[in-house]
Amino acid sequence: MAHRVVVTGFGGLTALGHDWPTIAANLRAGRTGVRHMDAWDDIASMNTRLGAPVAPYELPAHYTRKRTRSMGPVAIMSTRATELALINAGLLDDPILTDGRTGIAHGACAGSADAVFAFGQLGATRDLHGITSNTYVRMMSHTGAVNISLFFGITGRIIPTSSACTSASQAIGYAAESIAAGKQTVMIAGGAEELSFGTTAVFDRLFATSTRNAEPDLTPRPFDRDRDGLVAGEGAVTLILEDLDHARARGATIHAEVAGFGTNSDGAHITQPSADNMAAVMRLALADAGLDASAIGYVSAHGTATELGDVAEAQATHEVFGPRMPISSMKGGFGHSLGACGALEAWLAIQMMREGRFAPTLNLDHVDPACAELDYIVGSERALDVEYVMSNNFAFGGINTSLIFRRWHA
Amino acid sequence: MTSQEIFQALKDTLVEQFELDPASITLASRLNEDLDLDSIDAVDMIIKVQELTGSKVTPEDFKQVRTVGDVVGVVERLSTAGSAAQG
Repeated sequence: MAHRVVVTGFGGLTALGHDWPTIAANLRAGRTGVRHMDAWDDIASMNTRLGAPVAPYELPAHYTRKRTRSMGPVAIMSTRATELALINAGLLDDPILTDGRTGIAHGACAGSADAVFAFGQLGATRDLHGITSNTYVRMMSHTGAVNISLFFGITGRIIPTSSACTSASQAIGYAAESIAAGKQTVMIAGGAEELSFGTTAVFDRLFATSTRNAEPDLTPRPFDRDRDGLVAGEGAVTLILEDLDHARARGATIHAEVAGFGTNSDGAHITQPSADNMAAVMRLALADAGLDASAIGYVSAHGTATELGDVAEAQATHEVFGPRMPISSMKGGFGHSLGACGALEAWLAIQMMREGRFAPTLNLDHVDPACAELDYIVGSERALDVEYVMSNNFAFGGINTSLIFRRWHA
Repeated sequence: MTSQEIFQALKDTLVEQFELDPASITLASRLNEDLDLDSIDAVDMIIKVQELTGSKVTPEDFKQVRTVGDVVGVVERLSTAGSAAQG
């Protein structure tokens, strides 16, 4: 008998705030985190000048030099988001963190940009100048996972899930499976992304970025006929997943149950999405949860505002649920936070389900006729009373994930 | 560059970069259907085009090219615009 898995903690640093009340207020006001990035004005050959940086945050005094020397910004954000999540779960000083029963599943597109640049220079200069004892640890893709482990003394399994835009959704899925299988009792699950012109260049080279550089308030525009690409975002979000029995025994506040997870891959093209495999992954999650499609009351879309991605996702969602499905993408205001988005969107979807108020897709004014018919939430929030939400993400290399969360009735 | 020179330079690039048979490349060749170049190959071709012209291809230009002739047209326009700007 598989163990049931529940969410008992959330923590995050995002472009629109670092706690749910602040984020909810910003969503309701239709605010955006997208900015013109003046610091990128000198980057040659790059079309976009837009980004959605994390809102300013302060680190407590216990983030000392020695405890942070192996961290670049992405690892700092990952660690702080995890600390906020552990506080929210009431587990920050719990011995379960250090006795082997707690593990970590965490990912990002890459480590910190400055560290990547330092190693990149080595190829040109053939000189180790600028590389320190910690440059690699800051650069490596599992820098968030191991720095979290060090900072909190975690001794269970580490599952690095650095799979670009599915880093955090895979982390939640694999973390849930670790608990369901009885391998761990608590899992720290999430992802992070550091905003850099380096990661932005990845998408700019593919002509996938928005170039409405003078209109940061109007872009990105997921599913909108006038969308012109994505805007890279920044942040870190961690969920605390826990064995239901353990959560109950300690009287934890339970936010939701992880009801189902599916992941598959296209095995076909490095960047072109496959609607068939997107639909298949949603069905995998439904099967994992033992649910019929009719049980799902809301879908949190990946919806990055690229031409091909939005069309394929809408088609797949329509194929599985038909036109009735309420859907929105959070990327209109947060941008595409890449390695963080899977955890950010899971967090928001669960909170919106708990409150029965679902945010619209910011900047979605005219649904692209090429996007299949769905109940796109536009304009203002929608009151919905739902038992299950689905959160979908899709990544480079044809990686697809689908998560289903069940509302918790205390 | 004349459009014939641009076509020849583009053809050389396509042959070298994508291992295409020179005889298969005409102005009417469709990048995807005839030459089997997908979106990833098209990006790398456009990067070469930018190097050839020294001008920046816009996302709109990129999204509209379908044939070799379209690419030649973009290069021609960018070269003209570049000369005009320098002049």
